[in-house]
Amino acid sequence: MSKKLSVLAAVVVACVVGTTAHAQGTLRVVTSTEDLASIAREVGGDRVDVTALARGYQDPHFVDPKPSFILAVNRADLYIAVGRDLELGWLPPLITSSRNANVQPGASGYLDVSRNVRILEIPTGQITRAMGDVHPLGNPHYWLDPGNGRLIAAAIRDKLSELSPADAAAFAERYDDFDRRLLAAEARWDSVMAPHRGTKLVTYHRSWPNFMEHFGLEVMGYVEPKPGIPPSPLHTLQLIEEMKREAVGLIVVEPYFSLRTPEAIVNQLTGGRVLVLAPSVGGVDEVTDYIELFDYNVDLLAEALQESAGR
Amino acid sequence: MLLGMVPAVSAQTADVQALRQEIEQLRKEFEAIQQEYTDRLNALEASLAASVPAPAPAGADGSLPVYSGATATSKIFNPDIGVIGNFISASGESRGGSESIAPLPFATLQETELSLQAIVDPYARADFFLALGEEGIEVEEGYVTFPTLPGGLLVKVGKFRANLGRLNAFHNHSLPWIDRPLVMFNLLGGSPLEPDTGIKDAGVSVSRLIPAGNLFLEATGEVFRGESGAVFEPSRRSDVSAVGRLRAYADFTEDTNIEIGGSYARGHNGSGVIDDVDVGRFTTDLWAADATVRWRPLRQTAYRSFVGRSEFVWSRRDQPGGLQSAFGYYLSGEYQLARRWFIGGRYDWSERADDATARDWGNSAVLTFWPSEFTQIRGQYRRTRYGDDRRMANELLLQALFTIGAHGAHPF
Repeated sequence: MSKKLSVLAAVVVACVVGTTAHAQGTLRVVTSTEDLASIAREVGGDRVDVTALARGYQDPHFVDPKPSFILAVNRADLYIAVGRDLELGWLPPLITSSRNANVQPGASGYLDVSRNVRILEIPTGQITRAMGDVHPLGNPHYWLDPGNGRLIAAAIRDKLSELSPADAAAFAERYDDFDRRLLAAEARWDSVMAPHRGTKLVTYHRSWPNFMEHFGLEVMGYVEPKPGIPPSPLHTLQLIEEMKREAVGLIVVEPYFSLRTPEAIVNQLTGGRVLVLAPSVGGVDEVTDYIELFDYNVDLLAEALQESAGR
Repeated sequence: MLLGMVPAVSAQTADVQALRQEIEQLRKEFEAIQQEYTDRLNALEASLAASVPAPAPAGADGSLPVYSGATATSKIFNPDIGVIGNFISASGESRGGSESIAPLPFATLQETELSLQAIVDPYARADFFLALGEEGIEVEEGYVTFPTLPGGLLVKVGKFRANLGRLNAFHNHSLPWIDRPLVMFNLLGGSPLEPDTGIKDAGVSVSRLIPAGNLFLEATGEVFRGESGAVFEPSRRSDVSAVGRLRAYADFTEDTNIEIGGSYARGHNGSGVIDDVDVGRFTTDLWAADATVRWRPLRQTAYRSFVGRSEFVWSRRDQPGGLQSAFGYYLSGEYQLARRWFIGGRYDWSERADDATARDWGNSAVLTFWPSEFTQIRGQYRRTRYGDDRRMANELLLQALFTIGAHGAHPF
């Protein structure tokens, strides 16, 4: 037995030898989503090496905690999380298994960017799962407001500067540049969307409250009867009636949901239309950064609203 | 001109007087309101004071005993608590089958898992899983994990399910079937009557990633007390058992991946014990190989997926009649048909650890419905041929799994 144990011990010791080498000068950043990765690249430039775990066309609630992600987190100097329990089902085992003391919650290399942003739909009063898959800490799709994008960038700037003080001035400069470009883009988006303020529409999941609030659009219903609960026939019929009554014809869908029910609904409406928007960077191929995310969604949405207004 | 001013002055005086009267009136009204509110406030305070319970009796010296600060009584630092109910119903013609291996009655709340999980301090987190049966409570797992150790080590200390093969580490409610494969009963369970099979024991686990580029390679070494079902039974304190596993994982594409593992375990078995004396000092060696193939298209993660699994186990058990070399395996697949529907099948084949001439085999077909992330309704048709006397059992198993409270990550 003792021979076996010494073999086991030898295996363990052999494992300890050869720790992963960190590239000098650049910070390895791993983010939960491509949106955070894009903003981290805007602020960090070539001083950071950024990897996103979830793809933009993937439902960020349901990500498989693949062992290959453990490798990425293991090598990270900084982990940037969306927070508000969005990653509850997949991030904790990755962080624990990463064997990386830097990125454990509470450590200096773990950043939850939801701390200082504008969060909507924070439940008040008692909540139960009879309400579906509700997020007790508020709606986690907050990055879809450019104002929050700016706050996320500021939080990343501060954290990168803390981890790499020598580069603080460069991070500040890149942040200022991003802020300027975002402001200019915001003015453009706001003017494109201005004619449509107050327009009502329907979305599949509650992914868009921050986006709709920013542009003054009103979500009057959801294809899901409750968050995370698939469409039911009764709810679908009620939604069709409500959309007819309110003369609403547009349904916004995330790319990872089935179009069957939304299309069945709009077929019952005159001039109804299903619009697949990108909830994240990478949600469609042409959206490769945070500013393009809004360029794409704003142009597509404005065009669809224009079309339905002209009908 | 002078005469002309007199009426004007007297008019001004009259105005001032009127104003004074008005102010006086307002002052009186204000005082009245103030008095009224003071009275109402006093009445409210009096009624509140009457409803507050009397303070706790003071200590002998008149001072109140202090137990802890404010946070100790709050829920802030409580662990995440979850409860998973596992209800199973069995029916069908068994011809003795279901009476011989993991017998299931018509209905049973086979297991209720209570999980308590929290971060302990900056260096550790703790996980407890208590299996509440209809007749008793067992600590299924209870361990502390240290994720911040130097050298990239991940250390677990406590009682936990061993890293032998793939399924051994799974809890019953995480399985894609209602039962476990025959090979786990025959070679890893040790006790055919024990529904919750597998090696779980108190000990220490040390694991580390092995640098291999983009290939995920993990080595795990575990040392246990050596007491697990009827597989390992120690008769001395030094009769510890050891488990080692090497696990590799690679992504073929972003949708498809493969995981393979090789494991080895060794420990003492109890077959040499005669009249409470271990005269035989027999040991059991276990070798296992496992493979898992997964396909889940990222663009429709909620709707389509496939998981294929297989494990092969070789058991070499020294016992009074001589060495028994037994082998067993299973092959399985689950396919997701729609957002809430999964269909699956499993083929089992296994010899028995203490009698390799007895070969059991079986087929299962499984249909699972997920009303939500927190419930599963599952049906399984199981046809088993028991090799000891060539009996055949045809059974229909039904399961309802339901989760309340904290719902942690699903195992990958």
